[in-house]
Amino acid sequence: MALIELRHVTKIFGRAPREGLARVRAGVGKEQLLAETGMVLGLHDVNLAIEPGEIFVVMGLSGSGKSTLIRHLNRLIDPTDGEVLVDGEDILTFSARALEAFRRRRMSMVFQRFGLMPHRTVLANVAYGLEVRGEARRARERTARDWVERVGLAGYEDSYPHQLSGGMQQRVGLARALATGADILLMDEAFSALDPLIRSQMQDQLIALQAELNRTVVFITHDLDEALRIGTRIAILKDGVVVQVGTPAEILLAPADDYVAAFVRDVNRARALTVEAVMKPPVCRLTDETLDRALAEMRRHGAAEAVVMAADGYRGVVTAAKVEAALQAKGAPRRLAELAVAAPTFTPDTPIERLVPAALQAGVPLPVVDEAGNVKGLVTPEAVGKMLAEREAETAPAGIETKPRDAA
Amino acid sequence: MFPDLGGPLRQATNRLVEHIVVAYGDGFEALADTILVVLVAIERTLREAHPAFVLAAIGLLAFLAARRIVLALTMVACAYVIGALGLWDQAMQTVAIMVVSVLLSILIGIPLGIASARSNRVRATINPVLDLMQTIPSFVYLIPAAMLFGLGKVPAILATVIYATPPLIRLTDLGIREVDREVVEASRAFGATRWQILTGVQVPLALPSIMQGINQTMMMALAMVVIASMIGARGVGETVLLGLQRGDSGQGLLGGLAIVLLAIVFDRITQAYGSRVQTHRAAGA
Ligand SMILES: Nc1ncnc2c1ncn2[C@@H]1O[C@H](COP(=O)(O)OP(=O)(O)OP(=O)(O)O)[C@@H](O)[C@H]1O
Ligand SMILES: [Mg+2]
Repeated sequence: MALIELRHVTKIFGRAPREGLARVRAGVGKEQLLAETGMVLGLHDVNLAIEPGEIFVVMGLSGSGKSTLIRHLNRLIDPTDGEVLVDGEDILTFSARALEAFRRRRMSMVFQRFGLMPHRTVLANVAYGLEVRGEARRARERTARDWVERVGLAGYEDSYPHQLSGGMQQRVGLARALATGADILLMDEAFSALDPLIRSQMQDQLIALQAELNRTVVFITHDLDEALRIGTRIAILKDGVVVQVGTPAEILLAPADDYVAAFVRDVNRARALTVEAVMKPPVCRLTDETLDRALAEMRRHGAAEAVVMAADGYRGVVTAAKVEAALQAKGAPRRLAELAVAAPTFTPDTPIERLVPAALQAGVPLPVVDEAGNVKGLVTPEAVGKMLAEREAETAPAGIETKPRDAA
Repeated sequence: MFPDLGGPLRQATNRLVEHIVVAYGDGFEALADTILVVLVAIERTLREAHPAFVLAAIGLLAFLAARRIVLALTMVACAYVIGALGLWDQAMQTVAIMVVSVLLSILIGIPLGIASARSNRVRATINPVLDLMQTIPSFVYLIPAAMLFGLGKVPAILATVIYATPPLIRLTDLGIREVDREVVEASRAFGATRWQILTGVQVPLALPSIMQGINQTMMMALAMVVIASMIGARGVGETVLLGLQRGDSGQGLLGGLAIVLLAIVFDRITQAYGSRVQTHRAAGA
């Protein structure tokens, strides 16, 4: 069962949301609704299922309804229509008390402009969630101190937010959210206000923390690179409508419509995609045997290359052509293990970018081996080339704007 | 040419006031007594204490508010000059009336300001009343006040409260509305109750604005002392009034000087406190 589920969630801002809802149901779109009634269609029939333990990214341009969407999850905003389920329970039925308890225990939030309390010290800010739910000063300060340290701010406990840089302030925001121990973390453009270097540090820190704590993160961003970098899955929002949900590879390789395609057009695929997206499973695995037997085995599988395994694991890669050549030549090695090229291996989550130099040098396909030592697949230089070239072949769909980048 | 609106309005008002006096006189008397008890206690303490003691208290208060020794000494000097003008006793009477008026204003003004910040409807209702309170000449309500409470200190205090509370209500409202939305949202997101948000976030962050409101209330209360003395409040206002009645310009000047010096003392102390609570907020968010 999904941890969080949104069912047919529609949100209309304005003086008569119900009336607006009737119009929207009758097929009126965002612009028309605004023009005719002055009401804003914030979200339109949003359906999402967020699984426990994932980093679920919601991406869209400014005004697409991202903040509106994430605020439905802890009911900072109530929908005009639809259901919001957490653990299968509709949180819209909660009383004020139950909602407070829910916010104290289950969900915490990080804000774009940090939302820190300027009159409280770093320590008191981090302890805020614990204070609100009535924990004794000693206990909450111990927990808070711990988190201040974990986000790398030890020594700043008694500083005030305005004495810290933006990156440090957001670490306080992150520590405050993590300190409550809530299993769901909501992050609304949490890193958007930070400069690029600090931003990628924070992304790394988030990924590391998430791997360690295994919380569920709902992350909002308007930056596709950020989405691709940290997202387990990504939902793309346009004018309040979810246009696609998928893994980063699915979004990049199979955009659902022109809007998404325009978004992904400028992405550096070599950086955004991992080895997993281009590898193919190895058809042929050989142990150390004679060249004749190896060649026969490869022919039987119709494989042009094979991974050579020894008792202690991966040994190298051979191609059928090489084995044939060795059989003809005199003085060539007679055993497969000696012939195999010990090409470097990569884990499935390596960005393609990092594999390119090796792929060009090795002269053989590169094996993909996971942390446990299992061979998961092979990456051929051709596959890499084809994947990277694809975007050159694509023609840009007309009339679609990508991210506004005309700052100059 | 004109219909007679004035006659009926005047009669209706008089009948209403008479009716209130007859029907609720006891209630008003009880209220007046309570206020009077507090006022008398404060006034007696101030007047019976040795002036040196009061001067020391002013110095300490100023230092606690500003944490600046020079300011504290200046405040003591101002108060000392009032004594030298021969108006110490009158000044203490005025201070007592002011303290009670300002306390009442705070008691009424801050909750109303909060209510007005929370709801646009409350604000829309309160606003025209505040406009009226600030523009209508105080003599207009001094008449019914004197009828309800008799001449003396209590109607003077009530007139002062009516005149001096509006800025506090407005500045409390403004201060709370200006608190960063994201900060309030953050505390909601962490499961704070409305009360926790109010006391832990909104009021503390609106405090500089609220302090400014209290400061203005004090200044306006001081501006009322001469008028208040016309319905029988004692103090430096009375000194000015007597000067006026006797054509004694010198006495009028002495009273005026004492009022200005009192204003300086109250103003500096509250301002200093206000800007000190602001230090960690100014650069915030
Ligand atoms: N309280 C509100 N009242 C009226 N309209 C609103 C309100 N909040 C949001 N909207 C409108 O709803 C739409 C979605 O806003 P939202 O803040 O969710 O966008 P966003 O995707 O978070 O944008 P950004 O990237 O700029 O933060 C916008 O058109 C916005 O004007
Ligand atoms: Mg937003």
